[in-house]
Amino acid sequence: MNRSEPLVLGIESSCDETGVGIVRGDTLLTNTVSSSMEEHVRFGGVIPEIASRAHLDAFVPTLQQALDQAGVTLDEVDALAVTSGPGLAGALMVGVCAAKALAVATGKPLYAINHLVAHVGVGLLDGGALPENLGALLVSGGHTEILRVKSITDDVELLGSTIDDAAGEAYDKVARILGLGYPGGPAIDKLAREGNPKAIRFPRGLSQPKYMGTAEAPGPHRYDWSFSGLKTAVARAVEQFEAAGQDVPVADIAASFQEAVVDVITAKAMLACTENGITNLLLGGGVAANSRLRALTEERCAAHGISLRVPPISLCTDNGAMVAALASQIVMAGGEPSGIGFAPDSSMPVTSIHL
Amino acid sequence: MLILSIDTSAIASAALLTGEGETLQAFATEDTRTHAEVLAPGIHGLLCAAGVSGAELDALVVGVGPGPFTGLRSGIATARALAFAWNKPLHGVMSLDAIAVDAALDAWRLGIDEFIVATDARRKEVYWARYYSTGGTHQLIDGPHVSAPADVPELPAYGRGAGLYPEQLKAVPDFSGTQPTAEALGRTAVVSLVRGLPLLETTPLYLRESDAKVPGPRKRAL
Ligand SMILES: [Zn+2]
Repeated sequence: MNRSEPLVLGIESSCDETGVGIVRGDTLLTNTVSSSMEEHVRFGGVIPEIASRAHLDAFVPTLQQALDQAGVTLDEVDALAVTSGPGLAGALMVGVCAAKALAVATGKPLYAINHLVAHVGVGLLDGGALPENLGALLVSGGHTEILRVKSITDDVELLGSTIDDAAGEAYDKVARILGLGYPGGPAIDKLAREGNPKAIRFPRGLSQPKYMGTAEAPGPHRYDWSFSGLKTAVARAVEQFEAAGQDVPVADIAASFQEAVVDVITAKAMLACTENGITNLLLGGGVAANSRLRALTEERCAAHGISLRVPPISLCTDNGAMVAALASQIVMAGGEPSGIGFAPDSSMPVTSIHL
Repeated sequence: MLILSIDTSAIASAALLTGEGETLQAFATEDTRTHAEVLAPGIHGLLCAAGVSGAELDALVVGVGPGPFTGLRSGIATARALAFAWNKPLHGVMSLDAIAVDAALDAWRLGIDEFIVATDARRKEVYWARYYSTGGTHQLIDGPHVSAPADVPELPAYGRGAGLYPEQLKAVPDFSGTQPTAEALGRTAVVSLVRGLPLLETTPLYLRESDAKVPGPRKRAL
């Protein structure tokens, strides 16, 4: 196997995007994504069975397109890679089975990759080597996490995560309450620009002292988030306006909700960074496209002397290039392939970078 | 002719068959929930054991169900990716045919004209189809369907779905535990392939919608 600048094909199917990406070393050749997002619109959220059915139908066409765009053949590939978790079990299964089949058919080594760590690894495709003292803030419809990345190939630690809904899920649910459609993130972000973010003070989950503790004696959820109470608070606010016979100030609610989400995400992320010697932060996941999250993360990073890196949005949302990018690093670092007997793991921990 | 057959509509299985319907190698697991783990190693193992490479195959066939969704998809995803990588034709076969092929012969011996094949659809339902046995050869006349065991026509029933519901289905004892296998599926496909008869696309026969519900009006939070 070529371990100096390997040609790696990565497969992603953990949620509603079927992705096939191809990289050579840390150069991106192609990033092909087929999304089933449209099919989830009428349900207001990702329906796992619908996503799984869409992955099955999209896989071969997406693979074909990726190979064509990169101008390479399966024969030329040095290694295959696939997201083995975390994610939706039935969705992961499709990508894993297809990847294993390609490994059987071609005899190429297969790497089973952690989706969350791949969100960090994608940073290598844009801006080169990852800095020291690195942290990663991942915010999407499926996750909200803050990681410490000592080594992208063998030392990643989870500092905090959501204990209930992911931030993107909270956006979807609130968008539904406000009648704004799916996906909620872009709709709320747009409307929030016309509203007053200070109109209503929505709760910042897990921010009470009993959860936070102190730096010396951290509470049980010092760097963790919770968004389910926030969703309920928005519903209650809407009903109070309705009960009083008043027009619901949708833009103000959207802006105030967004402010609550973004404030608590960035505040806790900054705390995690400063208390864990993190001086460089990478922002990833689909919600990295949110204008307010980007702005406040930039502002607060600057205030804390933390450098911020945000990959292009096409690399922030779920895709196969990120899987290939991380696998490529593992190949170059001499990591062993995962074989073809592994099981997808819907709750794969970040400490398991590859199987 | 050399055919690789795969079915994961119930158990995970794969088989390598000749154009005469002779099985060269076969792999099957009893487990119905570990398809994504065991199927690829199973296929790799039987190719190695037979000393056959993908390039030597003439075609692949895959069971398109009906079967529990996640398991069913593992076989189809595997078969489609293999066929793509090897650039070989891939055909679908209705998975209940893999039981019907042997059931038809048994029915003929017993003087039964019409029979049912049933498999476990979970949620207290069965996947089933109605067949005619013409001199020991199966002919699908109705189905596949998914329904409660009580709604299946009262005919001799073959397969594990019948064995699971002895009160409602007239299970044929020797076949009450029979599951579809790639080996039997391959035997039914070979006959068509050799004669140049059409088989199915590889679109899965889910028979059930996803459980997704369009959300109703907002629930009161107060
Ligand atoms: Zn993701």
